[in-house]
Amino acid sequence: MMSEKKTVTLKIKRQDGPESAPYEETFTIPYRQNMNVISALMEIRRNPVNAKGEKTTPVIWEMGCLEEVCGACSMVINGKPRQSCTALLDQLEQPISLAPMTTFPVVRDLAVDRSRMFDALKKVKAWIPIDGTYDLGPGPRMPENKRQWAYELSKCMTCGVCLEACPNVNSRSEFIGPAAVSQVRLFNAHPTGAMNKEERLEGLMGDGGLANCGNSQNCVQSCPKGIPLTTSIAAMNRATSLQTFKNFFGSDR
Amino acid sequence: MAASRDFVSRKLHSLLGVIPLGLFIIQHLTVNYFATRGPEAFNDAAHFMESLPYRYVLEIFVIFLPLLFHAIYGVYIAFQSKNNVSRYGYLRNWMFYLQRISGVIVLIFVTWHVWQTRIQAAMGAEVNYQMMVDILSNPAMMILYIVGVLGTVFHFANGLWSFFVSWGFTVTPKSQRAMTYVTMIIFIALSVVGMRALFAFV
Repeated sequence: MMSEKKTVTLKIKRQDGPESAPYEETFTIPYRQNMNVISALMEIRRNPVNAKGEKTTPVIWEMGCLEEVCGACSMVINGKPRQSCTALLDQLEQPISLAPMTTFPVVRDLAVDRSRMFDALKKVKAWIPIDGTYDLGPGPRMPENKRQWAYELSKCMTCGVCLEACPNVNSRSEFIGPAAVSQVRLFNAHPTGAMNKEERLEGLMGDGGLANCGNSQNCVQSCPKGIPLTTSIAAMNRATSLQTFKNFFGSDR
Repeated sequence: MAASRDFVSRKLHSLLGVIPLGLFIIQHLTVNYFATRGPEAFNDAAHFMESLPYRYVLEIFVIFLPLLFHAIYGVYIAFQSKNNVSRYGYLRNWMFYLQRISGVIVLIFVTWHVWQTRIQAAMGAEVNYQMMVDILSNPAMMILYIVGVLGTVFHFANGLWSFFVSWGFTVTPKSQRAMTYVTMIIFIALSVVGMRALFAFV
């Protein structure tokens, strides 16, 4: 029926461990319809033989939801950081290059350690403290127009793409990155969360905080969820500017 | 809790670039512009600036100390970034990159310019129309001054855009886009002022 079997070529930047040197390995796998990068990686895992026909170790990567809401499977695909679950092979130019994100320490192959992002969320207290010894009852209501834009911010999945795109997030800087800044805006917009908004703003004003943003605005261009990150950054710039004056000159909370 | 050193330094860096340094640039370019009205007018304007009361206080607190902080901290900021315009060729990323390049150019130019004029003046030379004619008669100097002035004016105009974001004045994408146009018009307008003044000396 078909004269020749279609194949897919992938060039993968691999690394055996956090301290070892990276190297490139090419794989040629049989094509199936509607493949994504993850199914291609699964194919390599099933039959770990490289393009030269040598047996090798399976390529390691991280994944979770497979529907672009968990953020675990981010990697640099053909030069752009994105989720591998929604990277369809039919839409990618071959050979497809896969590499781990460079902003984060590599664990192995395509799996990176995004601890930096989770530490940032802790630093800015990106949660709403409601735990206590008795039921506090329902919180204040949230205006619908505010809920609408706040919902957009809540789509952040800590995937790391904005940090990867940011020229100011790197090994030489402690910058917490755009994602955590936007989360402060989200939790400060919440009527119950607003009760602790100063604490989060203080977190943003710490070392490596919001002020380290250089306004390259790559984050907003790269976010797979279309979160208005630069609007969040500017809004938090305004909030921290005001907070500085309040702290210095004094104000009733 | 007091704001961190990062926060205060960054904010101060952004503020000093506009007040007083940005205002000083405009004032300096305006005095230079008198050269388009002839040597006499330029010398009068330069002499007026020279004979301002408490001149050293003005020079130290309006120019040298802010300039020193802005320059040194600016170099630290510039070399902290890992530029990636080849992979993310968006306009604002280019502006981010150009801001850092122009900053380094301005630092080199201003260091040379201060040595050639202000320090020479302190050592007895007279800063006047003829001094600039002598300097700019050298084509290499003319090129340095053209690049230096354009770099300075760009760094100020684009820095003004960042200032409006960093202090939280322009929050919406719409206002930020409007400021891109406003600051680029400022860049062009001040470039015309600077270039006309430079060419008045040749």
